[in-house]
Amino acid sequence: MADLRTNFAGIRSPNPFWLASAPPSNSGAQVHRAFEAGWGGAVWKTIGAPVLNVSNRYGAWHFGGQKMLAINNVELISDRPLEVNLREIAEVKRAWPDRAVIVSAMVESKPEVWHDIVKKIQDTGADGIELNYGCPHGMSERGMGSAVGQVPEYCEQITGWVMQVAKIPVIVKLTPNISNIVMPARAAVAAGADALSLINTINSIIGVDLDSFEIVPNIGGKGGHGGYAGPAVKPVALNMLSALGTDAVVAESKLPISGMGGISCWSDAAEFLLLGASSLQVCTAVMHYGFRIIEDLCDGLSNWMDEKGFKRISDVVGHSVHRVSDFKNFDLSFKAIARIDQQKCIRCNLCYVACNDTAHQCIDLVAKDGSIVPPGSYDVRSNGREEAVHTRPSVLVREEDCVGCRLCFNVCPVDSCIRMVEEPSGRPSVTWDEITQKQPEVTEDWEKMKAYREKMGIHIH
Amino acid sequence: MNEKATGLAGQEALPEAFPPLTRHEALVESTRCLMCYDAPCTHACPTHIDIPKFIKKISTGNLKGSARTILESNLLGATCARVCPVQELCEGACVLGAEHKPIAIGRLQRYAMDYVYGKGLDIFLTAKTTGKKIGVVGAGPAGLSCAGELAKKGHDVTLFEKRDLAGGLSTFGIIGLREPVGISLAEVEMIRRLGVRIETQREIGKDLALAELQAKFDAIFLSLGLGATPNLGIPGEEQVIDGLEYIEQSKLNGHNLKIGRNVVVIGAGNTAIDCATIAKRCGAEDVTMLYRRTAGEMTAYPHEYDFIKKEGVRFEFLAQPVRILTEKGSVEAVECVRMSLGPKDASGRPAPRPVEGSHFVIAADQVVKAIGQEKASLAARLNLKTLKGYIDVNEDFQTSLPGVYAGGDCIRARGAASTVMAVQDGKLAARAIHERLVGNG
Repeated sequence: MADLRTNFAGIRSPNPFWLASAPPSNSGAQVHRAFEAGWGGAVWKTIGAPVLNVSNRYGAWHFGGQKMLAINNVELISDRPLEVNLREIAEVKRAWPDRAVIVSAMVESKPEVWHDIVKKIQDTGADGIELNYGCPHGMSERGMGSAVGQVPEYCEQITGWVMQVAKIPVIVKLTPNISNIVMPARAAVAAGADALSLINTINSIIGVDLDSFEIVPNIGGKGGHGGYAGPAVKPVALNMLSALGTDAVVAESKLPISGMGGISCWSDAAEFLLLGASSLQVCTAVMHYGFRIIEDLCDGLSNWMDEKGFKRISDVVGHSVHRVSDFKNFDLSFKAIARIDQQKCIRCNLCYVACNDTAHQCIDLVAKDGSIVPPGSYDVRSNGREEAVHTRPSVLVREEDCVGCRLCFNVCPVDSCIRMVEEPSGRPSVTWDEITQKQPEVTEDWEKMKAYREKMGIHIH
Repeated sequence: MNEKATGLAGQEALPEAFPPLTRHEALVESTRCLMCYDAPCTHACPTHIDIPKFIKKISTGNLKGSARTILESNLLGATCARVCPVQELCEGACVLGAEHKPIAIGRLQRYAMDYVYGKGLDIFLTAKTTGKKIGVVGAGPAGLSCAGELAKKGHDVTLFEKRDLAGGLSTFGIIGLREPVGISLAEVEMIRRLGVRIETQREIGKDLALAELQAKFDAIFLSLGLGATPNLGIPGEEQVIDGLEYIEQSKLNGHNLKIGRNVVVIGAGNTAIDCATIAKRCGAEDVTMLYRRTAGEMTAYPHEYDFIKKEGVRFEFLAQPVRILTEKGSVEAVECVRMSLGPKDASGRPAPRPVEGSHFVIAADQVVKAIGQEKASLAARLNLKTLKGYIDVNEDFQTSLPGVYAGGDCIRARGAASTVMAVQDGKLAARAIHERLVGNG
């Protein structure tokens, strides 16, 4: 059994899974039940400025019969009275000393107001504070949330105010609604924050009702952008997480990062850990299935760690960061080609149509007699299971023409039927950066490029 | 669907077995389809419906478009969705069938068809009239398909039917468990709305002469089906009920259907299985199927055989009836002789031969025969060239008489007779007729 215990900027929890600051952590009763189910920690739903909420708060994106691949919301921060939240936070922390209780906060951008809320949170006995610089709707219209997160200077200034009075670890939560996530992260580092977390939700409109023409969700005839989260945002989150890990300033600071954005199962969690997160926050998956999913999150992660020989969470954290790079550093001589396992192939021809219509036309339909046939090449009078199955051509990759784009691999519905096989290209390893330095003319002139390709034996299809 | 409109609701002894798919079921099942390219299900379908396309349209909620995709290839899509032996055709060829469950193509097709019929949507508009007149004889699946396809092209089509209702076996001969009468009649009405004039109770060779049709029409399509069930040629034969009539009673006159206590069904084809199903489900205590060969030679589809075994029907293989035993005019038993299998006969199957002195008796108060249908005797009388007793046609479905075409069971010298094959015949013949009359396009 791998050791899942986590120490995040001094905040300890029995496992790295925390409820993200969101509806699941809206009340003491909910957090209490989450801890009973086994959650390692909870970031309390943001407390702070007074608000009122609307109804029809959540929209969702469903695809292919799968519900809620993403959710979007226009719910604001906690609308429960501040004292009630503070009292319940204190109660929960007293009842669960081994769990991480972090309180998310967002108030008006004035130093005294921030000082006040930080002190109130500290009085509850909470383990940490998360500064919500991310909420993209409603609060941002009042100069809070992402209105702060999108301006690195504000980010630094407010974090600085907080650090003046903070006695417990402070986590700065970043908004993804920005062109370069690194800038507000550096601002937080500069202001002396103890940790970072990302991503908050993404600006989105989930859809339009095709009968009423209303925006989804409809709020009295109107609708607007809300925060987008759930499985569909995971790749965006992973990219932003890796951007922090590969930035010299942020990496140098060694601030721990709490990762979130579409974590639905243990394998998602493992990917966040590998790219540098050292605690993990979950919301949408819990909103879909309830607190009980914590069991598989821990169990699956632990089994995977055992299988891979990782003894503790810190062994996994950042294990793949050194592999994140830029295009200019990729080996242009690396070669992979697609190979189809004819025994596993069910002949759905999805690889064929994907390659033929949209990629590099290097998959053929091959009849029993070895001849290449066009699709639909059966007689109109031919029918029946036997004829359809037994005269169906095979799909075969013309390897000399395969550029290794990997589209067929992605569309194939059968596990390990198409493999991307590494083949020696016969060329020495070289990157675009190296070519730019040694032979800049090749990168500037098509004729020179042509000569270079001919010399290197690079054939373009 | 439409049973109320036909006034036949409640007449059927057996309701349709499968409930329609719910919206959610249809969404989940249609999404499970991989959308194969140049799909094997489409190849396996005799009418080559673009199955991935119609299924994709169900998944996107474009049900009208889905129905159009089906009907473009097969005008009788609602019937075929129910009666096709999908295990032998589309679903049998599904790439998911090898290791998973094939997509429920038949039931998805029914879902799309039920939508347009339920909403009363007509998919096709008739084209500009061509002024060409075509006579179609026989309003079974082949005739309806041919007539409908020709009407879509703007031809003036008259469809003659000897019975009082059109639809052929779909109306009279498909057990209600699989297809209610209302479905068949709704399709007939759709064909009528395409502009086809349907004249019932008109029979060729009786009140309709081929020469008369030839004079009146620019082309003729014969979809005569098959003839009566042949005689067993045994004493007491007059007490034996014709299987097709048995099914017809169960469909159109279910209230008056008489079911015996101990029913013997002679034959082991799909119709025989339907008869046994009716008997068993409508109250017979004991149902026995008599077959002179063994399970290995049965003409019923394997899935039909599996089905009837689960219904609790007994099989008496290698048994041939030799006499119906009656007392005071009512059936008491069937006397049989045990058979043994000898060398192969003309059908390629081992020829059954009676075993001497092996007579035995099975108690029965109702005997039904379903031993196939005779070939249409009309072919010879109409002076048409025949092949193994069936009407002989060329690649274009044209008979030995120029301008006279034929399709459906009456030409099925090769391959299994089925509704979907008949629909394809009608469609291809319509194409050939259209080309002959107005050229391609």
